[in-house]
Amino acid sequence: MTDIPLDTMAGAVARPRRDIGLKARYAAERRFRIYGVIAISVGLAFLAIMLITIVSKGYTAFWQTTVTLPISFDEKVIDPSNKRATDPSVLIKANYPKLAENALVAKLGIDPANKPMMLKLKGFLSEGARVQLRDIVSADPSVIGTTRDVNILAAANLDSAFKGQIDLSVDEARRKVSNQQIDWMNKLKADGVMAEHFNTGLFTYGASSRPETSGMGVAIIGSFYMMVIVLVLALPIGVAASIYLEEFAKKNRFTDLIEVNINNLAAVPSIVFGLLGLAVFINFLGMPRSAAFVGGLVLTLMTLPTIIIATRAALAAVPPSIRSAALGLGASKMQMVFQHILPLAAPGILTGTIIGLARALGETAPLLLIGMVAFVADYPKTPFDPATALPVQIYMWANEAERAFVERMSGAIIILLVFLMAMNITAIVLRRRFERRW
Amino acid sequence: MSSLLVLAIIIAIGVVAFVIGRQRAAAQDTGKVKPHSRAHYHGWWAFLLAVLPAVLLLAVWDIGSSFYLDRHIHAALPERTADSKVASEALDASLVKSLAKGLRRLDAGTPLPATFAELQPLLIAKGVALASDTQDYMIPIAVDANTVQDRLGLFGAVVTFALSIAGAFYALRQIAPRARARNNVERLMLWGLLAASTIAILTTVGIVLSMLFQTITFFESVSPMSFFFGTVWDPRFAAAGSGGSQGQFGLIPLLAGTLYIAAVALLVAVPVGLMSAVYMSEYASRSVRSVVKPALELLAGIPTIVYGIFAVVTLGPFLRDLSAALTGGSPFIQGQSIFTAGLVMGVMLIPVVSSLSDDIITAVPRAMRDGSLGLGATRSETIKRVILPAALPGIVGAILLTASRAIGETMIVVLAAGVAANLTANPFEAMTTITVKIVNQLTGDLEFNSPQTLVAFALGLTLFALTLVMNIVALYIVRKYREQYE
Repeated sequence: MTDIPLDTMAGAVARPRRDIGLKARYAAERRFRIYGVIAISVGLAFLAIMLITIVSKGYTAFWQTTVTLPISFDEKVIDPSNKRATDPSVLIKANYPKLAENALVAKLGIDPANKPMMLKLKGFLSEGARVQLRDIVSADPSVIGTTRDVNILAAANLDSAFKGQIDLSVDEARRKVSNQQIDWMNKLKADGVMAEHFNTGLFTYGASSRPETSGMGVAIIGSFYMMVIVLVLALPIGVAASIYLEEFAKKNRFTDLIEVNINNLAAVPSIVFGLLGLAVFINFLGMPRSAAFVGGLVLTLMTLPTIIIATRAALAAVPPSIRSAALGLGASKMQMVFQHILPLAAPGILTGTIIGLARALGETAPLLLIGMVAFVADYPKTPFDPATALPVQIYMWANEAERAFVERMSGAIIILLVFLMAMNITAIVLRRRFERRW
Repeated sequence: MSSLLVLAIIIAIGVVAFVIGRQRAAAQDTGKVKPHSRAHYHGWWAFLLAVLPAVLLLAVWDIGSSFYLDRHIHAALPERTADSKVASEALDASLVKSLAKGLRRLDAGTPLPATFAELQPLLIAKGVALASDTQDYMIPIAVDANTVQDRLGLFGAVVTFALSIAGAFYALRQIAPRARARNNVERLMLWGLLAASTIAILTTVGIVLSMLFQTITFFESVSPMSFFFGTVWDPRFAAAGSGGSQGQFGLIPLLAGTLYIAAVALLVAVPVGLMSAVYMSEYASRSVRSVVKPALELLAGIPTIVYGIFAVVTLGPFLRDLSAALTGGSPFIQGQSIFTAGLVMGVMLIPVVSSLSDDIITAVPRAMRDGSLGLGATRSETIKRVILPAALPGIVGAILLTASRAIGETMIVVLAAGVAANLTANPFEAMTTITVKIVNQLTGDLEFNSPQTLVAFALGLTLFALTLVMNIVALYIVRKYREQYE
């Protein structure tokens, strides 16, 4: 602005204004701003790319292909020698996959004597059909001899093909689904028998070597146990420690030591807590490996510093006038803290606790060391039974080669992120709602 | 009687004591004498006296009786001879213990067979699976151990109940209008608060001691020199029971990988994080900030496993294919590489750097900013020449804290950095880190006392010491810096 007249005045005025390089400086200013914008865009772009790739890979995991077949619970297949009244194990060992296969053969109109065709039919339905049909029969043995429509899971490869994830232009020998199976699939699809349903199994199944029958049921329960343990232990201990340090402790060497310790523990790598858990809880105290209880203890120690730091900030934010008022009316110091300061600091404490819990829920490394990378098929009945956790389940699926596992893994990540986001949003809402500024 | 049941009964006694104490104190308040404490404090005092000593006794008794039972079983076991069927006395004792536990599941009154072969089906019917090398002579020992345990448990329970009731009576007899029940309760509460705050110290002590003992055992078989200065990492897998062939445990390749990846991560995170913090605090409008800040916080809230999976499933293959397309043949970036791991870790650290430096930049006093702007400096000049130099110590502290996060980060490198212990300068090759090796050495069924497992603790201790120094220096700097402007 001021330098615009410079060239017009050049001839008229003897002394031109000193050139202080405003143009260059404004350019530098603009460049600096742009760097800032670029920096933020890089962060946000990365966030967007990450979320988009995960969601685009994982959303299909919430649907699962099934084939609805009229299964005839044929006595000749289930119990050929008619011994089930005396030997109940017959119903457990029976050849259930044969039932599903028979129904499929009938549906597709294949000649059972045609051996090559029958061979191609192998691997069309999931092996999970065995458990599925066995559960139906053991729940109600009177179905034997009747016919009933059952949704049988399709095998993982067919599931991928049905979702259009398999490139059919690849040579038949190099893909996992044959042309004949694709034909059958299209036929069943046209009949409306083969269809995608919401994948409840993803939330209920335990570990399995087959993608279509593996789910996060055990992991969800394990994570739930751990979160309860962390909440029950870390919240009271953390609040008690903060109250002592903030309200009662005199400033001396000992409290300084505690303070340095807490700040340092908040920055100790999480895997070190795993080593602590392995050496102290499992080897020294003899607690069970892979148990949610030990995981909960380790995560408690890890979360404590976060909760203590948040609680101390919340306590310190309560103005001294409230303390003076309570003491002035004759409350003891303990009554002042518990009846006046603590309720006022509660929203801040709660926010800190939720954020700490969210971090604990996503933590993986220490759990690997205490043996939670385990193949657990049955629900843990107590926190002392072997279990896995959500992030550990994701890690285990990440190590599987099959593409269907990658799909499940991405689905599991979506679920984990939804949980975490719900917790974080709760924390933000709580903070907005109840936060008081004095 | 199980300890949990005893605990529940003690608490029930405590609750009864609370109710009686409160009522008695309330009844004594006739209005003539001003009571020292309100009635419920008397109740609480009775509760605490009924519960606390009894629970302490119960804990001590439980630990003591398990030691006694151990010695009892060891004494009852037959002398060890050359043809003993079980490998060690400790294994012998543990078999007896699991057998004893299994026997408790049998229905009362079941006649006990004399041989394990006959006993096993009975146990399996109850869902108890036992090791097949359980011997016949263990059955009477297990039965005896169970009776001893029952007797100890019963005796312990009776003593604890007596103590609990005595405590309750003592507290209830003390109740008087001028009794200082509130002071008593509050003194105990203060002790409780103090105890809670020492947990932090106990944790640190636990971390150091647990790793120190294992590390000392490790150094008995591998010399510290060859660990700290060895350049070859080749631990040789030792399966459980094989005794283990001696491997080489050189720290240098792991340390180099750790520092290399952390350096790449910092190279990404520090400029980006710092610039976004500057932009957010100095330039961004309120509306931009209200959107971007939560988004960056979201980036901080994503678990590291998700970053690791993104690196290994999406970014790694993408970079490999990209480099293959660039050279038109073989890729020069491997699927797992220092570059990939460092890049993703850097993105993970962006919000860490930016939130730490945001605090530090806003702590620079307003007057310094206004003075610089008033002298005619542009905003960027003010930031570069006044604010950043003033904030420099704090920012150094923040970078140190971030570096310690980068060194201790596990899941990203486990998935994206590789497991081969290379010593290379090429950032596009795979290298491994200390944390990766800790995870590798401790997952799977390894014999616990082999150097292959113990080395993980030596690595952990090294990691802990490294991050501890960085954290303490960083916290010291940040604290000093804050005081400067307060």
